Amino acid sequence: MTTRYTETHEWVRLENGDTATIGITAHAAEELGDVVFVEAKDVGTHLKDGEAVAVVESVKAASDIYTPLAATVESFNSALTDDPALINGDPEGKGWILTVKLDDPEAFNTLLSAEDYKKL
Amino acid sequence: MNEPLKHTPLYDLHVSLGAKMVPFAGYEMPVQYPMGVMEEHQHTRHKAGLFDVSHMGQLRIRPRSGGGAEAAAAFETLVPMDFIALPEGRQRYALLTNEQGGIRDDLMVARQAGDLFAVVNAANKDSDAAYIEKQLAEDCHVIRQFDRALLALQGPKAVDVIVDLFPQAAAMRFMDCVDTTLDGVAVTLSRSGYTGEDGFELGLPADQAAAVARKLLDYPDVAPIGLGARDSLRLEAGLCLYGQDLNTTTTPVEASLVWSIQKSRRPGGERAGGYPGAETIAQQLETGVYRKRVGLLPEGRAPIRAGVELFSDEAGTEKVGRVSSGGFGPTVGGPVAMGYVSKEKAVLDTPLFASLRGRMVPVVVRRMPFVPAGFKR
Repeated sequence: MTTRYTETHEWVRLENGDTATIGITAHAAEELGDVVFVEAKDVGTHLKDGEAVAVVESVKAASDIYTPLAATVESFNSALTDDPALINGDPEGKGWILTVKLDDPEAFNTLLSAEDYKKL
Repeated sequence: MNEPLKHTPLYDLHVSLGAKMVPFAGYEMPVQYPMGVMEEHQHTRHKAGLFDVSHMGQLRIRPRSGGGAEAAAAFETLVPMDFIALPEGRQRYALLTNEQGGIRDDLMVARQAGDLFAVVNAANKDSDAAYIEKQLAEDCHVIRQFDRALLALQGPKAVDVIVDLFPQAAAMRFMDCVDTTLDGVAVTLSRSGYTGEDGFELGLPADQAAAVARKLLDYPDVAPIGLGARDSLRLEAGLCLYGQDLNTTTTPVEASLVWSIQKSRRPGGERAGGYPGAETIAQQLETGVYRKRVGLLPEGRAPIRAGVELFSDEAGTEKVGRVSSGGFGPTVGGPVAMGYVSKEKAVLDTPLFASLRGRMVPVVVRRMPFVPAGFKR
């Protein structure tokens, strides 16, 4: 399993075949502050690359989360409904937001590597 | 208009405390400290939070002859509030109105021995000072104390700290205001704030501000609090933010601030009218208004923020208003909001719908504050 990153501070982990998990990076979680609400597009929704796939709300503001690749929403992390602060506590683990089915799994390799993301 | 951001006298202290600094009303201000907005909010509700509000404008409205009484009489020509009957040492919430009855600014004004002490919003301080100066030119001059710092210590433990430093504060009630000293430094101390909690505000010279702030932070119950928690605290307390909940097109009646207009200045009172927009406001007091500011409690967990439109029906055919401020209330444990709705809907417990990202979220018109006030009256 490889994790790649976006310039808009999402992480994307290719699970197996064409399924990928999306969340926000520790840096993004830190910038947002205390998360109080998360919601994603309905399961089955198809999105083009760069489209908003979820919204993460902190006490301060609402922030869109984008899918960097064209994909269909497969599942939402329902643990976030009761405990949205998981995103602050474990942004790249238990605070994952959703899984999607990628239109083109090959395109995954066009995303930023961990090393490239750190350079941003 | 791309002027460099200004710093308050506490800028270095904020940075040394690890604050995240953001631009606000022309200043670089702390939005939060490492504690985080949620905990800062709770800390203020349970202990004591220290806020730097030095970006706000402190003014002295000083009469050309006489004292506080003369300044009060002159100032009554600009606001629908009673300052003549306000005793010396007392503070009052006030609204500068325009000719249409709209609100130019909201401010706190204290009657002092020789003048009136006013605290105005940061974004309006230059225009407020110029306006008051021009309007009252014959009777008063306006002393801009914009270089002075303003600290707020808010929360149930604030009184213990303040009384330890200012023993006379033990006798102060909510909205008392005194000119006093701390180790020889001139401090304007009032028992007031913007959080719905008991607390105090201290106006003091810039060069003493950091030392006093550090002294306050040395008390174990005191933590520094940023603008993020300041906003969630005032929202739960049902307090207006100028520019969001109030502006030049909202009148005091529409803004549900009629409580701030004393009987003596209303129709039939001994000094009725005599301020800008008085005819409009008198008529609205008589016959009502088409829209009113109300508290809104959204169902579920999603915050409903400023600008969200409100409808009477789930289909969204009848638009009845708009949210002016909204977010997450950490003490309430869920979203809270306020907004303007048409008068038929400005009735407690009226169910409405907020249009959020293409779906309709049920909201209910509720009484404010959302959290009981902790004032010591």
